[in-house]
Amino acid sequence: MRDVAVIGVGLTKFGELWDKSFRQLTAEAGSKAIFDAGIEGKEIDAMYVGSMSSGRFVGQEHVGALVADASGFSHVHIPSTRVEGACASGGLAVREGYLSIASGMNDVVVVGGIEKMNDVGGNAATETLATAADQEWEAFFGATFPGLYAMIATRHMHDYGTTKEQLAQVAVKNHANGALNPYAQYQREIKLETVLNATAVAYPLGLFDCSPVTDGAASIVLCAADKAKEYTDKAVKIIASGQASDTLSLHGRRDICTLDSTVYAAKMAYKQANLTPRDIDLAEVHDCFTIAEICAIEDLGFVEKGQGGKAVENKITTLDGSLPVNTSGGLKSKGHPVGATGVAQIVEIALQLRGDAEKRQVNDAKIGLAHNVGGSGATCTVHIMEAV
Amino acid sequence: MKGIGIVSYGSNIPRYRIKAEEIASVWGKDGESISKGLGVNEKSVPSVDQDTATISVEAARAALRRCSVDPQEIGAIYVGSESHPYAVKPTGTIVGEAIGATPDLMVADYEFACKAGTAGIQSCTALVKGNLVKYGLAIGADTSQAAPGDALEFSASAGGGAFIIGRDNVIATINHTCSFTTDTPDFWRRAERKYPAHGGRFTGAPAYFKHITSCATNIMEMAGTKPEDYDYAIFHQPNGKFPIKVAKMLGFTYDQIKQGLLAPYIGNTYSGATMIGLASVLDVAKPGDRVFLTSYGSGAGSDGFDITVTDKIKDLARDNAPTVAQMVEDKEYIDYGTYAKFTDLLYWE
Repeated sequence: MRDVAVIGVGLTKFGELWDKSFRQLTAEAGSKAIFDAGIEGKEIDAMYVGSMSSGRFVGQEHVGALVADASGFSHVHIPSTRVEGACASGGLAVREGYLSIASGMNDVVVVGGIEKMNDVGGNAATETLATAADQEWEAFFGATFPGLYAMIATRHMHDYGTTKEQLAQVAVKNHANGALNPYAQYQREIKLETVLNATAVAYPLGLFDCSPVTDGAASIVLCAADKAKEYTDKAVKIIASGQASDTLSLHGRRDICTLDSTVYAAKMAYKQANLTPRDIDLAEVHDCFTIAEICAIEDLGFVEKGQGGKAVENKITTLDGSLPVNTSGGLKSKGHPVGATGVAQIVEIALQLRGDAEKRQVNDAKIGLAHNVGGSGATCTVHIMEAV
Repeated sequence: MKGIGIVSYGSNIPRYRIKAEEIASVWGKDGESISKGLGVNEKSVPSVDQDTATISVEAARAALRRCSVDPQEIGAIYVGSESHPYAVKPTGTIVGEAIGATPDLMVADYEFACKAGTAGIQSCTALVKGNLVKYGLAIGADTSQAAPGDALEFSASAGGGAFIIGRDNVIATINHTCSFTTDTPDFWRRAERKYPAHGGRFTGAPAYFKHITSCATNIMEMAGTKPEDYDYAIFHQPNGKFPIKVAKMLGFTYDQIKQGLLAPYIGNTYSGATMIGLASVLDVAKPGDRVFLTSYGSGAGSDGFDITVTDKIKDLARDNAPTVAQMVEDKEYIDYGTYAKFTDLLYWE
């Protein structure tokens, strides 16, 4: 296995991007990453694209070839593959790109993630996202993701005494971080009362406990670590890539408050990196709902099971806390273009480890972790990155 | 457009009201939070015998009662609405006959979602400027439709405004007008469909806000004015939130828009919305007041107006017809069942 480095990153603004097409978004993020890496098209050995449901959101499938074409590479005939794993599509694309270099097959790979979700209405977006749940046993009975995560939240409250205020504090923290991120969908701070008094979505989750519907794209350029210096002096290494799966439906789990896919993917990653959770300086975790961030910091081993709510309350995960979580604003404030999210998390960790995170820069960040979840936890990827 | 402008005005708002809370209770929704979110507490509802034609006639008669214009001197009538009672057969002829303006009369019905009324003002202004008519009558009126259970049901309401445009005894000069138009499908109703469809959040930033801010900026550039030069501003009001937000984006204060902001009390009267807003401002305006108006019609476009109130407003018999404030206050609440009957939700063929 060869070491792999991130040598370029690119993001579009996240938000309601009515005046940009799917094609434009992918080309914008891709060209930014390629420009950042200083590579040429003919040097790219392969492309991997994460997109959850472009067919339902914009009526476009076959996006692997489309992304290569839109990026201006149709004439060099780059192998380009679309990867799908619900909201973990981006993380899976990163992992496929990583594996193809680590295996020795490729030297330079561009990984993209894209979703344009606003072109359908709110109801259609919710229905499309619900295709990531178990159609036969969940969606057909009316369950949507806010409902499923609400069940996780009520159980977590029952078992561990987690409070609605602690859930709300996740949103407040992530908005405070997002306010410092020029690419975030919502660049503004919010008050605890705003979260607590927001329109109910599915108890105990209110509107501000939920990540938004977002258009956006993200891209990174990966390179064999020993060749990274040929292109840039700002490389960041990916030192571990973990992935795990679990039951598609929530009710099939041994414990609905624990995402075993996270536990196993993290275990795989920590083992590969020869690190423990204590070694992590900062993390981007999958906060599709506020309860998801609380479960994530527990399942990644940052705090004991059941202590996630208290950790948030004690401000351990704020930008100046001992383990900053979601410095980008997370899915809640930065936005959640589902297929792009896993790639955008790698972009944020890379920026932090390069010292390029500007107003939200974490001091002395050396080791970062990115955690991307599909569905209610049926798929998970965990990547650990290190400053060079 | 020296000397051309509004000679008289009138408006009409049906007296029935339904509260957002009442609608919400039928659909199992939280009325309080919907009211807060939309900025609409209640909306006007047309009775079984009220439609765009009757509202237009009432508004036109109110305008005529306030001035001494001979209806026979009105050379053009344009009625803007998206709820004309007939698909084929003009509303304007009904109005023309009812007020005694026929037969030497140009008539056409306009449709441009919520801005067809202000489009009529522009047409009348042009006809007067070209000396083709002495007076033109521009009306914007609607009994707007909303599918049962749709978000629109909390705001789609009924009402209208009528403006006589001419050169003599002008109470408010139209100094400048312009439009900003693109093909933006944010809201539509296909032929023979009972209820409109809309693009959800697409109706906001790329539609309402883009067109109003662009048109408003253009009109201020034409007039060489800034927001603080105006005593009153009226913006299209599909709900109570959008006009406040767009005013803030452009640099207008709440004090400038509150007199023309009716959506919280009567909902969105569509083609009537900015017309009633302007009527409300003229109910209280003094000579010299400067008025800014930007309408919005889905599909999409905005009409902007820079208006100055003249000394002649003192001579207008404003008391000869009810003010907008009086019509807003003259109300009777109905329940959802009565609303369903009045708005033909319970139709059969």
